Amino acid sequence: MSQNTPDLATAGSVPPDDEGGAPPTPLQRTGATPGAGPAPAGEGSAVTRLLSSDTGRTLGLVAVLVLIVVAGVATAGSQFASVPTAFTILNYAAVIGVVSIGMTFVITGGGIDLSVGSLVGLSSIWASTVATQTIAAGSHWAVMVFTAVAVGAVAGLVTGAVVAYGKVVAFIATLAMLIAARGLAELIAQNRTQVLDPDTGYSDALTGRVLGVPVLIWVFALVSLAGWFLLNRTTFGRRTVAVGGNPEAARLAGIKVQRHTMYLYALSGTCAGLGGAMILARVNSGSSTNGTLYELDAIAAVVIGGTLLAGGRGTVLGTVLGVLIFATLQNVFVQNNLSISTQSIAKGAIIVVAVLLQQRLAARRAPRRAG
Amino acid sequence: MPDGRVDRPREAARDVAGGSDELLRMTGIVKHFPGAKALDGVDLVVRAGEVHCVLGQNGAGKSTLIKVLAGAHAPTAGQIVWQGEPLTLADPVAAIRAGIATMYQELDVVDGLTVAENVYLGHEMSTLGVTRRRDVERRTKELLARLGHSEIEPGTEVGSLSAAGKQIVSMARALSHDARLIVMDEPSAVLDSEEVDNLFGTVRDLTAAGVGIVYISHRLEEIRAIGDRITVIKDGRSVATDLAVADVPTPELIRLMTGRTVEGFPQRRALPADAEELLVVEGLAADGVFEDVSFTVRAGEVVGLAGLVGAGRSEILETVYGARRATAGSVRVGGRRLRAGSVAAAVRAGVGLAPEERKSQGLLLGEPVYRNITLTSFGRFAKGGLLDEKAERAAATEQIRAMELRPADPDRVVGTLSGGNQQKAMLARWLVHGCRVLLLDEPTRGVDVGARAEIYALVDQLAASGAAVVVVSSEIPEVLGLADRVLVVSDGRVVHTGPADQIDEHGVLDLVMEGRAA
Repeated sequence: MSQNTPDLATAGSVPPDDEGGAPPTPLQRTGATPGAGPAPAGEGSAVTRLLSSDTGRTLGLVAVLVLIVVAGVATAGSQFASVPTAFTILNYAAVIGVVSIGMTFVITGGGIDLSVGSLVGLSSIWASTVATQTIAAGSHWAVMVFTAVAVGAVAGLVTGAVVAYGKVVAFIATLAMLIAARGLAELIAQNRTQVLDPDTGYSDALTGRVLGVPVLIWVFALVSLAGWFLLNRTTFGRRTVAVGGNPEAARLAGIKVQRHTMYLYALSGTCAGLGGAMILARVNSGSSTNGTLYELDAIAAVVIGGTLLAGGRGTVLGTVLGVLIFATLQNVFVQNNLSISTQSIAKGAIIVVAVLLQQRLAARRAPRRAG
Repeated sequence: MPDGRVDRPREAARDVAGGSDELLRMTGIVKHFPGAKALDGVDLVVRAGEVHCVLGQNGAGKSTLIKVLAGAHAPTAGQIVWQGEPLTLADPVAAIRAGIATMYQELDVVDGLTVAENVYLGHEMSTLGVTRRRDVERRTKELLARLGHSEIEPGTEVGSLSAAGKQIVSMARALSHDARLIVMDEPSAVLDSEEVDNLFGTVRDLTAAGVGIVYISHRLEEIRAIGDRITVIKDGRSVATDLAVADVPTPELIRLMTGRTVEGFPQRRALPADAEELLVVEGLAADGVFEDVSFTVRAGEVVGLAGLVGAGRSEILETVYGARRATAGSVRVGGRRLRAGSVAAAVRAGVGLAPEERKSQGLLLGEPVYRNITLTSFGRFAKGGLLDEKAERAAATEQIRAMELRPADPDRVVGTLSGGNQQKAMLARWLVHGCRVLLLDEPTRGVDVGARAEIYALVDQLAASGAAVVVVSSEIPEVLGLADRVLVVSDGRVVHTGPADQIDEHGVLDLVMEGRAA
């Protein structure tokens, strides 16, 4: 089988098999009309499809995660297998996770957003300026969260408008935002780290626990749930898949492709802004270097999660698992006193292996788009 | 090799008994894919210097057969004898080495390279890795001259050529391999009738030089014009081999392909005198493409746009739909003027378009059938932004049943359906959406003969239910057969408007030619 693209015509000739190979099409027609015949066959194929695709892929990711955890327990023992370690991993995963959820939407919609790391930095700076902290101290810490999210959202909206209406390639437009946002962050911070003022109550509120679980982990969980819901259960999600899968077909179906594309980048920017607010709480200070290279971690997590880089198919659950895999891996390496460099090598290997596996599965499962 | 190039009278190839110049003999070819039997015993014999047509519906196994012949698929069972000796095709390179070249349906040329670079792609003439540009250009020039197209410059970038030009490049590439057998998979699909004539001239030159051609097409009239013998494939088997083209009447061929006789076009009924003018197009123009197009379509009426490829027919439809910006004129639906250049406004007003390129413009190939059917209406099924997939599936299933879309599974990925069933899904989309005006661009392109009649019947039903339908097709008889009234378009202008039953194909072509001359 040298061809990994099954022949469309071949697949089209499958139906006669449903009826035990009865060949003539006219017979097939009359046989299909009562509706009793084809229905069970449809259900059967739906189950097979489910097993070989989404569920199978998710199980694969879970298996990888379990393997890493087992490796952690085997090498670091009880020090690794503990609730504090789990919270450490999840706390670390939370920021990248929220950013990656936004990235999942952009990539599913056929784009890419390189600016998220810079936006995390910019929004953490903007939310922790003396001015913002003073207002927050006088009113409520939520002002700072709002500032961070708003900064991300506006920046995302700008990138989105440039991509959608300016027709600048997403890679370039978001690269420009990456550079510009980092520069703006440095300018505002004047290369100083902005430590949080305890009077704002920000740190207390966001590093605390609810029902025994750290707040940041709650935020990650809620954003993930909301993201899953948005992608799978709403018209916004359906439009995202349509725009990413075939923008021309979406346009001719009356979907406002440009406007929707802009919204996707705004959503990604919003998530990055929220990520900025979260990192501010985690490291207790705003810095223009916050979130450096997060865009690459987010893209990696999204891609190993099973979202198609070309667009048209996305999975929030996959992204969450991808984030957890990398976060857990990082912790296992730290526990074993292995360097960041060896960690990076392992990460690279995981990305390649995951994508190779996915391609094999996809080729076996369904014909890929023909043109 | 040289004796194969000897000019023989064309009649020799028509002589069914003459087996001495046999080029290729495939016997009992079987190909299994996991879960499907694509070929189940195909015999094919091709002689040097003949045009051998392979006929079959979509899904009959033509494409798989071609891929076996091209070395892309290894057959599960069966024998291939090539010029008297058994041949195993391990990969496409082996097929090319043996002298079998394939021109695929999707033009397989690289737009960014020059003509010469494309012709020698994969077997570049080079010295120590440096391409011998001058040699390549000279040889390419010779090949193009042999194909009768010396007007194409070897240094031209292929992306700037027309579809027909690209096809010539693809053919030159086949010849550059010293091909003894060229497989052409629907070569006329992207050509207009003038270009098809040129293609036929080239094919005749090739066969006169002793090259064997395997010609695959849906269009029976082409097979009549160019073919010597026919092999018919149905459900993965060859049901008839070595039929002489001249001996087989068309209804017999259709019967062999489909196992039934195809009823022609539905009988059109007279419109009620008070039928509402649903679509009114006035003075519509797009700079440099078409100008001053006016027509009205009443409820229940089918209006056809006839003309050659490139006359501006598709562009007119797309402009009516708002997918292109009009530079002048107006479009009214049910008396209300549509906002120019807004597809969303057109869709909201109840205008639907089944685009020319179903796969690239119409469908989400990786998504299930039901989501493709509800692509314009999922928002309406949704409640406050929340999808109601159950209702979507139910509505889609209803249409799937009514249209006999096969297989009748709403969750099936649409890319795995045959062309005819994909087209049904496109029509189902607008039925679920509820359309007052339906614009159909090449509704039967890539649809096999059997399914065509079903599509025709659907168009008729849609009109009968009160929709205003506009049909564009490259096949003039199809336009004339489907429509009540026909507009003849030539070079971006409407040169004639009249009842479809008062003009025939020749009349349309005469008008097109006159229009061009003017």
